[in-house]
Amino acid sequence: MKKQQDKKDSLIKMTLALTLITVVSALILGYTYEITKKPIAEAENRAELAAIEAVIGTDYDNNPYQDKMLIPTKHGKEKLELYPARKNGKITSFAMKTFSNQGFGGKIELIVGFNINGRILNYQILSSKETPGLGSKISENKFKSQFKGFVARTSSFKVTKDGGDIDGVTAATISSRAVIDAINRAYGAYKKLNRGENKNEQKH
Amino acid sequence: MNKNISIENLTRGIIKENPTLVMLLGMCPTLGVSTSAENGLGMGLATLFVLILSNFGISVLKNLIPEGVRIPCYIIVIASFVTVIEMLMAAWFPALYKSLGIYIPLIVVNCIILGRAEAFASKNNAFQSVLDAIGMGIGFTLSLTVLGSIREILGAGSFFGISLFGEEAKTILLFIMPPGAFLALSFMIIMFNKIRGVK
Repeated sequence: MKKQQDKKDSLIKMTLALTLITVVSALILGYTYEITKKPIAEAENRAELAAIEAVIGTDYDNNPYQDKMLIPTKHGKEKLELYPARKNGKITSFAMKTFSNQGFGGKIELIVGFNINGRILNYQILSSKETPGLGSKISENKFKSQFKGFVARTSSFKVTKDGGDIDGVTAATISSRAVIDAINRAYGAYKKLNRGENKNEQKH
Repeated sequence: MNKNISIENLTRGIIKENPTLVMLLGMCPTLGVSTSAENGLGMGLATLFVLILSNFGISVLKNLIPEGVRIPCYIIVIASFVTVIEMLMAAWFPALYKSLGIYIPLIVVNCIILGRAEAFASKNNAFQSVLDAIGMGIGFTLSLTVLGSIREILGAGSFFGISLFGEEAKTILLFIMPPGAFLALSFMIIMFNKIRGVK
């Protein structure tokens, strides 16, 4: 009888202890989430601003990040952010935040800069889960510097394995293809927007 | 006498019970992130930090935690610590978070942390537990950095990101890939056992 009583006590004790620890942990986590929400968002904004500057420089007189617009992709399923850089009111270059789901580790997010003729200036990886030491080399200059001056969605804008002119990162063709895929997505959306704008202008 | 025990607890993790090379704990992060010296060092330091906190927390809470549910309790305490650290880091040290970010969630599943909580912190006082955590953390960091260096030098021809043999050098890419991790680690354990005099 006594033994049974002990067992019951310890069951209640165990339940209480586990519940208490879980509740306290949840409170601490919730509180930390609340106080870090704003600084985390600010840090991400700063990182994006730095990435925009890295791909289109600072030769403009507006704030591209504040002037951002949302434009639909070629197939209209998702929306991409476009940051126009203006000088004396005229767009001189622009950056676009784009992504690819074809990375080796899943989604890759990057910001790519184009000049006004649609030629690639540079790109900067925002987030990726590519293999450290292999696929992660897509963010290194040796690979990145090849992209300058290319026009996306052309036959030469492919990795050499697919018959194009971009030397893929050794042993990381999938990651290299994903960068090209992301840039093509941005360029497709830009082209679509441009066509739409031209049509509107013709109507006026 | 007491001082000897403290020193013993502090140094145990570095050679005699090195978590990676002797106890073979935490193999998942060891094999996964040791592709470069920098990654190894980063993962090691992040683990060291969490290990100190979790060993301290659990040795303080050990009398509150009933025997029957101790493992779930440890897991909750460790996972909460890791998540809080991750959020604080993302908010106020974004640069550090960017380089260590991918390892932090991995620390929760590192069995060294749970292993030390169960084997040491739940039986010893807070001070000794922190000493044990520092020793184990240093042991883990050292072996990961050495393993990362071997793989980086052989596989990528660089050390801490600095190219050693020039851009065009042919390197043994295998060592950066998963099979290379097993090969390099096994040779490291053989060498380590030789040095320690284990037959």
